[in-house]
Amino acid sequence: MTGIPISSYALATGLALILIGLWGMLTRKNIIRMIIGFALVDTGIHMVMVSIGYVTGGTAPIIDAAVPASEAVHRVVDPLPSALVLTAIVIGLGVTAVMLSFAVRIYRTRNSLSIDDCAESKW
Amino acid sequence: MIKRVAVIVTLLLVAAIFSDLLLNYTEQPVLGRLGEYYAAKGPSELGAANLVTSVIVTYRGLDTLGEVTVLFISAAGVGLLLRRRRDEADSRETRPAASEIVQTAAQLLIPMVFLFGIYVFINGHLTPGGGFQGGAIIASGIMLLVLSQPLAALSHRVIGMTESLSGFTYVVVGVLGIVLAGGFLDNRIMALGRFGTLFSAGAIPIIYILIGLKVGAELGSVLDRFRSAAGGQSR
Repeated sequence: MTGIPISSYALATGLALILIGLWGMLTRKNIIRMIIGFALVDTGIHMVMVSIGYVTGGTAPIIDAAVPASEAVHRVVDPLPSALVLTAIVIGLGVTAVMLSFAVRIYRTRNSLSIDDCAESKW
Repeated sequence: MIKRVAVIVTLLLVAAIFSDLLLNYTEQPVLGRLGEYYAAKGPSELGAANLVTSVIVTYRGLDTLGEVTVLFISAAGVGLLLRRRRDEADSRETRPAASEIVQTAAQLLIPMVFLFGIYVFINGHLTPGGGFQGGAIIASGIMLLVLSQPLAALSHRVIGMTESLSGFTYVVVGVLGIVLAGGFLDNRIMALGRFGTLFSAGAIPIIYILIGLKVGAELGSVLDRFRSAAGGQSR
């Protein structure tokens, strides 16, 4: 087989998303945009993990008429990264929700979403 | 200026770490050893057609219990952070009602969205989907309700009862696994049934129903907290 394998596109996209998210977190001043940067990093990591679990020519790890149990070992992609990513998505959602509620609190007390207005703990 | 250089250097260093992963990446031709075990033994051992489900609910069930706990803690944290002080007004009172179109569409769609969520988590062992996905769909139904009727009060008592009862039953099912089968969260406490049918895979459908209810209730309460907190700044 020649050419670039299909999963490396997903891998490259995931890595690019991580870098874009990191750039956003480092350069943006608005707290909401920093949280969006975090969410991008999160999504990028999920894409990297799923694409690493891909097996050449594999299909979804669900046993049915198309993929009988006897052939499953040779025809499905690795179910483990998918399961781990499912966990990671839920944890990421929980972390994002807590970050957003911190943003709401900061906006309530300071009437501003800029990180420059929270400079007490800056070194 | 220094800050911009520092940002660029940081990004380049992170990219250098990743470049090795990307440049030397080769697609694996066969499953790894653990994946091979799950694919070969999963269907006959646990009876779940969806291998990802058998990994999440049974082989790595303890991880999932931890995950549900993290979600619970984050929902509790959101509730703590966004609680209103007594002098703060509920921002809902100043919000205009949604338009007739949104309200009518919501009345039509909400039962269907809930039904679809329930379908997704009941069939989690057969089709792509499961408790977390179904719970998220149910929460999106709650979101639609919140958008169409800003003044509607969700019953925190019902949400709290659903959430804590399903969490408690989840742990009880897990402990029953120690008593009746091979270990904590073992799904073989019930007959495995005929492979590929709705009533199969032992306790996996029950656990996924519980997870679906719990996740739906938790995400719903998070959405409700954000609704009553939005714009409610101190004055």
